Order: sequence, then structure tokens, then C-alpha cells
Amino acid sequence: MNMSQKITSYPGHEITPEDVREGKYLDVVYKFEPKYSWAAGVAISRFLAELKEGRIIARKCMRCERILVPPRMYCEQCFRPTDEWIQVKDTGTVNTYSISHVGTDARRLKTPILVAVVDLDRATPGMGILHNLGEVEPSKIKVGMKVKAVWKSSSERQGAITDIRYFKPIGD
Amino acid sequence: MPLRVGIVGVGYSGFDSMTPGLSTRELMFEAASRAYEDAGIDPRKDVQSFICCTEDFWEGISITDEYMPDQLGAVLKPLCTISSDGIVGLATACMHIMSGIADVAVVESHSKISDVLNPDEISSFALDPIYNHHVNADPRFVAGMEMTRYLKDTGTKRDHCAQVAVKNKKNALLNPRGVHGANLDKRAVLSSKVAASPLTELESSKTIDGSIVFVLASAQKAKKLGDHTVSISGIGWSSDTPWIEDRDMAKAVYVEQSAARAYKMAGIRNPTTYFDLAEVDDTYSYKELQSLEALKLAGKGKAGKMVESGTFDRDGRLPVNASGGSLGVGHLLEATGLHRVLEAVLQLRGQAGRLQIPRVKKAVVQSWRGIPTATGAAAVLGN
Repeated sequence: MNMSQKITSYPGHEITPEDVREGKYLDVVYKFEPKYSWAAGVAISRFLAELKEGRIIARKCMRCERILVPPRMYCEQCFRPTDEWIQVKDTGTVNTYSISHVGTDARRLKTPILVAVVDLDRATPGMGILHNLGEVEPSKIKVGMKVKAVWKSSSERQGAITDIRYFKPIGD
Repeated sequence: MPLRVGIVGVGYSGFDSMTPGLSTRELMFEAASRAYEDAGIDPRKDVQSFICCTEDFWEGISITDEYMPDQLGAVLKPLCTISSDGIVGLATACMHIMSGIADVAVVESHSKISDVLNPDEISSFALDPIYNHHVNADPRFVAGMEMTRYLKDTGTKRDHCAQVAVKNKKNALLNPRGVHGANLDKRAVLSSKVAASPLTELESSKTIDGSIVFVLASAQKAKKLGDHTVSISGIGWSSDTPWIEDRDMAKAVYVEQSAARAYKMAGIRNPTTYFDLAEVDDTYSYKELQSLEALKLAGKGKAGKMVESGTFDRDGRLPVNASGGSLGVGHLLEATGLHRVLEAVLQLRGQAGRLQIPRVKKAVVQSWRGIPTATGAAAVLGN
């Protein structure tokens, strides 16, 4: 007989608010705290260092001639080392977007989060950065909209993807 | 159907305590590039299955398998990640080849333990949360308990375990990959700090970084790929119950089963005298002895005396962990099994350099997934 077969009632009773108050239940409380210090590697380390300077850096593969963002030391299509660093622009085009109304704790957000994939100018089409949009009415966001990075000030920048605050629309 | 799969390419990178200059993915790319060059293949055209052995908590990224394709040349190709030791990945590649799904398959596994700041937290988190997790100690207490029971049941002497550490650390001095090689005597090993009695620190392997990649091919395809094919003629894996309390702590039953399956597949009746080389689990000193008995390379309770008398030395009747094993080279998490395969393959190819043992034709490799698991795997290799 399967464990779940023909069982119409389980032993005991459901935990009541009184049981909870009186601690009549099993609980194991353990804070699992793994800690990591990822080595960013050759490509991403340079990428972050360039962000600190207010620049976006890419890698070029000479075989397929793609300019890759985020930069990587190998071309995943050609499976060979990439060849050179190329600075791409901090302007681009909204490839796709979504307006998120739910926070990480599942609550409705009072101010929705505007997320977009921005294809960066000078990088190969379809290559870019996933980031936030700002200084824009959610209803005005469109695929194909031209945008530009809004950077933190040089003293605030610390070599992180958040050195770019968001991308804002610019006129055509 | 007999197992007929060839290892046609090997590559590795890292083998250092830390590899801060490279990301995990860059480390993998380096190993993969070498393996593909060695096999003379283009991963974008010639490979039908990619297998990666890794575990999310060691990576620090959940669903980490999604991050594996690029650096292996596996973008938009069949790839799967197996959360187990690399030899289990090798077994999966063998199945893909034998079933005709793939003619050429790639297996990768790695350790980037230097990215993990508190590895003991992860091993502890593997203990049953309700039944075992209340023990607030370095998880090696599980090894200490196994060792106690192994010594009691087999009459193996404490000294014999120390001799394993002496042998393997000394062997590793010849190995360019031997991060933890050292010339020590038994007294030094026994008087090093106790980790979890009776196990001492010098009897515990230390983790290192590295990535290892193998290219496997069907027997027919292997004939066209280079002159260094090493054949896999048997492979097995097994898991015991997770209840630490309910396993036979003296024996590695999961190794007995893995080996029995691999031997049967390879048609080996008398493993004791069959092999020229063995690379076996030595995560902890006693594990080598326990594993040798489970592999039937030593009679029950005999491995300790045999290591003492030099049977398993580099110039002994059966060199065991001539590479230095995990104690001498370092422990590579889920890539540990592939490390043992790597060392055996280099020996079988005659490419082991100063480590080379003369006339190696048949080798057995075996791995364990480490604390608190009771999972092991074994494979029979030949040239």
C-alpha cells in the first residue's frame, strides 16, 4: 500500500495559535550563512575598473567580428580567445523592458521598478546591459527607445554595475 | 554489451591553493581549450553532449548549471550538470556514447574553493537538519567516527594511517600539480594537531582550485582522434543511506558496490593482482586503506600492513596514489574523481613525466564525494 493511500485523517491535529504561543511544535532555526568572494576574472575585473572611470568596455572577437558586452576573454560562438578591448558608448536602444510591480518580498511596489535590456551603441546589435530606466513615465517606455546612462559622480563610483544609476531617454 | 569508450583528450588548469586572477569560467575555458587541442576536436562542431559536475553551494550561484555552456563551447548544445563527483559525470558520458546519443562527449568538473570563505558552513549544512545538525563542530567529526570504527573493526594500526599521509605527500613532491607535497615522517603526521580524533590535520587533505576536462569518444570515433586513447572498460557508482548512524562506518560499502559493478563490466575476476596502478580516495588518510579494501586491492584489515611494508609505494607491487592523491596534490571538491582519472590517464599514456611508473597498462580509479556523503564511484582504465 502506498503511504498516501486510504488515509482519510492524519494523527494529531493542526497547529493552533495556542500551540504556537506555547511552543508545542518542532522547529529548527538555523541561519545558513555561506560567504563568497568571487574572483571576477580578467574580463569582468577590467569591465568594473572601466565603470569606475565612467566607461563601458567590451571585447572583440576577430573571427566573428562581434563586440561582446559584458566582455569575456573567450568567444562562446567561435570557442577561441577574444582579441581586443573596445570601448563602447554609454548610449543605446531599449531592446525590451518590463515594469515590475512586485518586490522581492512579494509586496506590491508603490513605485514600480523599470527594468530594461539596453543594446549598447558600438557593441554588436543584441549585446548590452540589463539595467534600470529612470527619468521616464512608465507609460512612455517603448521598445526601440534611445537611452543614455546616468552615472554616479566619480567620487561615488566604486567599480560596480550600480555605478550607472539608470538609463534615461534621449531624443532621437 | 561491453563498455567501449575512449578518453581521447585531457586538459586541466589551476591546481593551486588560490587562482585569484581568473574567474571560475576563465579557469574552465583554459582547461577546455587544452582538452580540445589534445583531442584535436572543435567543440562547436564535433561534440554532441557536454556534462558538468558541480554543486550550487560551492559555486555560490543557484541553478549554476546555466552558467556552464559558454566556456565549454557548449552554447546551444546539449549540456547537463550533475551534482555529483566527476566520475559519475564520466559514467553519464559513457551512457550517452553507448546509447548512440553522442559520438563525442565532454566531461568537466572544477573547484574554485578559494571563492568560498567558509566552506565548513556548506559541509555542515549538508547534515540532516533535524537529526544531525545539532552537533556544532567541524564536520570532520564524521570522518573521525568512521576512522575510529574502521581501526577497531580491522585492527589497522594508527601508524598505518599516518604512513598513507607520509607516502602521498612525498609522492606529490614529484608532481607539478602537487600543491601539498612534503617530506614528512610519521611522527610529524601523528603529532600534528588533532582535527577530530583520531584524525589529525596532516591526515586531512586540503582543498585547492582547478578545472579538469575530458573528451570521450566511441571506440570507432576514438580511432580517428589521436594516438593516445585510454579506454574505459568498466564504471560503477553507488550511494549508501544518508543516515550516518545506520551505515557500516567501518566499510565503504558504496565503494565495494561501485567497484563490483565496474569489475563485472570489465570482466575482471581477480582485481587484487589485475592492476598496475590505483588512484583512490584519500580525502583522509584512513580513507585510502578503507577504499583499497573495498576495491579488493587488499584483504579486509590488510591494507594497513601493506602500506607499511611498501606494497603501495611508487616502486611497490601496486603503486597507489603515485600522484600524491588528494593528501599530496589537494582536494578538488566534485572534480576530485576526475583528478584521479587525470593522473591515471597520464600514466597510461606514458606522459606522467617524473611521476611515470614503468609499464602501466591497467589502472583503477575511485572517488568519494566527501563528508557527509556515502557516495562513491569507480572506473577501470586501460591503454
